[in-house]
This record gives sequence, C-alpha cells and structure tokens, in this order.
Amino acid sequence: MGAGELGIFGKMKLQPLLSVQGLTKRYGARIGCADVSFDLWPGEVLGIVGESGSGKSTLLSCLAGHQRPDLGRILYDGDDVLALSEAAWRRLLRGDWAYVHQNPRDGLRMGVSAGGNVGERLMGTGARHYGAIRATATDWLGRVEIAADRIDDRPSAFSGGMQQRLQIARNLVTGPRLVFMDEPTGGLDVSVQARLLDLLRGLVRDLGLSVVIVTHDLAVVRLLADRLMVMKSGRVVETGLTDQVLDDPQHGYTQLLVSSVLQV
Amino acid sequence: MTDHAYNFAYLDEQTKRMIRRALLKALAMPGYQVPFASREMPMPYGWGTGGVQVTAACLTPDDRLKVIDQGADDTTNAVSIRRFFQRTAGVAVTEATVEATLIQTRHRIPEQPLSEGQILVYQVPIPEPLRFLEPRETETRKMHELEEYGLMHVKLYEDIARHGEIATSYAYPVKVEGRYVMDPSPIPKFDNPKLAGNPAIQLFGAGREARIHALPPYCDVVSLDFEDHPFVASKADACCDLCGSGTSYLDEVITDDRGSRMFVCSDTDYCTSRRAEGQRGRLSPEGRA
Repeated sequence: MGAGELGIFGKMKLQPLLSVQGLTKRYGARIGCADVSFDLWPGEVLGIVGESGSGKSTLLSCLAGHQRPDLGRILYDGDDVLALSEAAWRRLLRGDWAYVHQNPRDGLRMGVSAGGNVGERLMGTGARHYGAIRATATDWLGRVEIAADRIDDRPSAFSGGMQQRLQIARNLVTGPRLVFMDEPTGGLDVSVQARLLDLLRGLVRDLGLSVVIVTHDLAVVRLLADRLMVMKSGRVVETGLTDQVLDDPQHGYTQLLVSSVLQV
Repeated sequence: MTDHAYNFAYLDEQTKRMIRRALLKALAMPGYQVPFASREMPMPYGWGTGGVQVTAACLTPDDRLKVIDQGADDTTNAVSIRRFFQRTAGVAVTEATVEATLIQTRHRIPEQPLSEGQILVYQVPIPEPLRFLEPRETETRKMHELEEYGLMHVKLYEDIARHGEIATSYAYPVKVEGRYVMDPSPIPKFDNPKLAGNPAIQLFGAGREARIHALPPYCDVVSLDFEDHPFVASKADACCDLCGSGTSYLDEVITDDRGSRMFVCSDTDYCTSRRAEGQRGRLSPEGRA
C-alpha cells in the first residue's frame, strides 16, 4: 500500500495507481516523447492514440521499464519506479504488472506448450505444485476461449487470434493490477478483433484492471478506453474522456485524426 | 616416463595459479559459475579440456589419479587423459576408486562412496542450466543474480505435460545451498543424490565455455521438482548381468542382431571389485549366482 493517510471522510485517501510526471525520452537530438504527465486511477483504462512516430510506443516502453526515460518521474502506488532496485522492478514486471505485445510471438515462448506459457508467471512467482499450476492454466485458457484440450499444444500451432488470447491469459494469470497493451489487436482481421475486444472489455471489467493501451485504431479506444490522450510529435496535444475527445475534438490534429477514419 | 619438455602437469605455473584462484572462488560460492581464462589444450573441445585444466591445477606429485568416462576406466577418453597426466606429471594412476586421491570423471559419480580428502573433477560441456531456455548470456547472468529460476520449472512442467513424468534423465538441474541453480554436468539423475553432502570436493570445469563451478564438501544440493511430482533417482529396472548388483547404475548393451541385450554396471571398477569378491550375475561365464 502507498501512503496510508486518512482523507477528510476518514477513508483511505485515494491516490492514482500510476502517476507520470514530466516524462521525457530523447534519441540523441530527436525527441521520443517530451514532458508527458498523467494520472491513471485504479480500474481506469487510458488510451494513447496518435499516428506512427508520435511517440506513443516510446512512452509505453518507458512506462513499462523497457527503456529508461531521460527526465521525469513514474510513481506506482506512490513509489518511484525509477528508483527501485532491479530485483524489485523485475518482481513488479512478473507479478503486479503485465505487458501485452502487439506481436504475440514477442510475448510468448513459442517452443513451450500453451499450459507452460500460462504457468510461467505462476512458477516465476513461486508456484511449485504441478496439479495446481495446470488447473489454473486450464481455467485461464477457458476464460480466453481456448479449448482445454489445446493446453499441451505449442503456440505455433495456434491461429494469430488464439496466440493473442493466449498471450493475454499468460499475462493476467498472476492477477496483475496494471496492464500495458501495445496495439493488442494489430494484425488481426476485424471479426477476430471484435471478439478479442469483447473479451478484453469483459476481463478489464471483471478483474478491475488498470490499463494503458496504445493504439492507432480509434475504434479500439472507443470500445475500451475511459480516457484518451492524443499524441503528436512526442507531445500530448489533447486529453479528455474518450467520447468527448472523439465526438468533439478540440485540437486541430485530433480533428484530422478523427476525420481520417474510414467510414464503411 | 615423464615428458620433461613440459612443466609439471602440462600447464605453466601462472596458468595453474589462475585456475586455482577461480577454483577457490567457486568453492566459496557453491554453484556459481566463475569465469576463467581457459587455455587451448592438446585435445579437441568436448573431450574434457575443462576437466583436464582443473585436474592439472590440482595435481601434486603425490597424487594418485583415476580417470573415468561414463563410469568406465578403459574407454578411449579415460585412457588418453590418464596417459596424458602419466606423461606430463608422472603421477601414480589407479582404477580403484578408494585408492585415488583425484578422480577426473565424465558423466558419472563412482558407485563407491567418496571420502574426505578426495577430489572429483567433472568434465562439463555446457555449465549454464538455463542455456536452452534462455539463449542470451547477459540475461541468464541476470537471472542467476536475481534468483529468477521460474523458467527452470517451466522445463520440468513441459516434461510432465508431454511425458507424464519428469523425463529429464541426465544433467538434471539442482539448487545449491538454497541459492544458485546448477547443471551438474550430464551425470544421470541417478547420481544426483550423491552430489549432496558428499565428503569429497567436487570441481566442475568447462573448457570451451571457460567456466568453473564447484561444490565444497558436505554441500546442500537439492534436485528441483514439483510438490506433486517429486524427484526420483531412476535407473534401469534390472540387475547387473556380470556382478548381480541391483543398486548400481546400469548400461544396456545390445549383444546380437536379434535384440538380445544385457545390463552391466556402468562403473567398471565397482563391477570388477564385486566380481573379485565372488559376486555373480545372470551371464557370468563362471555360471549363475
């Protein structure tokens, strides 16, 4: 738990789960992302949209610790993540946090069975009972709509949509509180996308997950995100509630982005 | 007999000193892989260059050397290495486990229990237990540093999922003194229990990978397993056809084209000494037991 101060109503004072302040990452003279600040509250889904090269992936990789930002602070539950020891930080990545890659091949072990993939995080956090690990894995495969008899198949025998669902199961099995998603529906056809989004929406609601989701697909954030952040050239140009930003865009770039969506 | 063109035990004194420093460090951190400046040896990698360097660094003129390969004293690898040290160090050699002060081994621990004062040197092909799970050296070092060994259990999980039991039968991973996960070199898992609490010093040398690791005497070594699939030290379900032993590790030998087979002790010294005591097996030429 973070600071246990009591608010004026005698309850635990609410604090954001993730608080980002003035985050900046440069690649030499070029800007990856600059001066990004936001709060993510428990149970909230934050969408980050923008075109390719707008810095949204840089931002996400800085948040998830894949890169170290040049400036700024990242507070998780009130603790400065950048000041954590590497051991504590990696423990966070194995348990409390999860990262869903755009390409499931980056997030899965392709040479290990589906059950082993789901069980890895459990074993990484100390589970040593084969039967229990397998039961949990079977349960999670069911939750992401993968038949239980596929548990011993390798992900290479799965379709793209199944691989992505397997990756989600693998990430959520330890009950993380914060999930980073990088274009989770990229590369999937629209009907599979729709099912995946449906599934994600259900899981996010049931588990009360906080999610930071990066995408260029406005339909995805319309369905999933509570709040939206629009980025351009490494900077945040507009933030607000999803419907507000999409239906009444204020910034010129956002207006362009919204009007660029193809209508069928 | 000694080839005087070489320094005692082939390696020069500075090299032996460097290896001894690595050995002391390895003994101080049981299971930790200590890098060392592995030398070219007059034999191909994979033939025991690591073990030979460790043996050379440990040998004294008073030592009595035994070399075994898969338990046998009389195979090419064992004979060559034994002869190498006879020529370059002039040390006494033996085939008897009890008489030896230093035993270099490939893939077996002798059946005869070792005692204090003995040194067992293993030839190690790949010292990194996580290598086939995680190809990046930087990452495996980090995993050792932070004790992230969950991946090792993923391998055992896959074994059970695919074969119904832990099918890893050699190079079975162990945890040393509750800290480092170690690959005990490709010894059969039958030998794993002998790693623990052994009165002898156990040294592991990997020449190509340039790593040394070690187990000091009476070290705590636990084979990894699951609570509901405990570790089992398995062997062929038979007795030695020459000496009748039911407790030693057995090799299966095909004896003709019709599929006839026999089981013999892999440890030749153990088998020979049992036969010398008059023990008989199913196929003993002198008749049945």
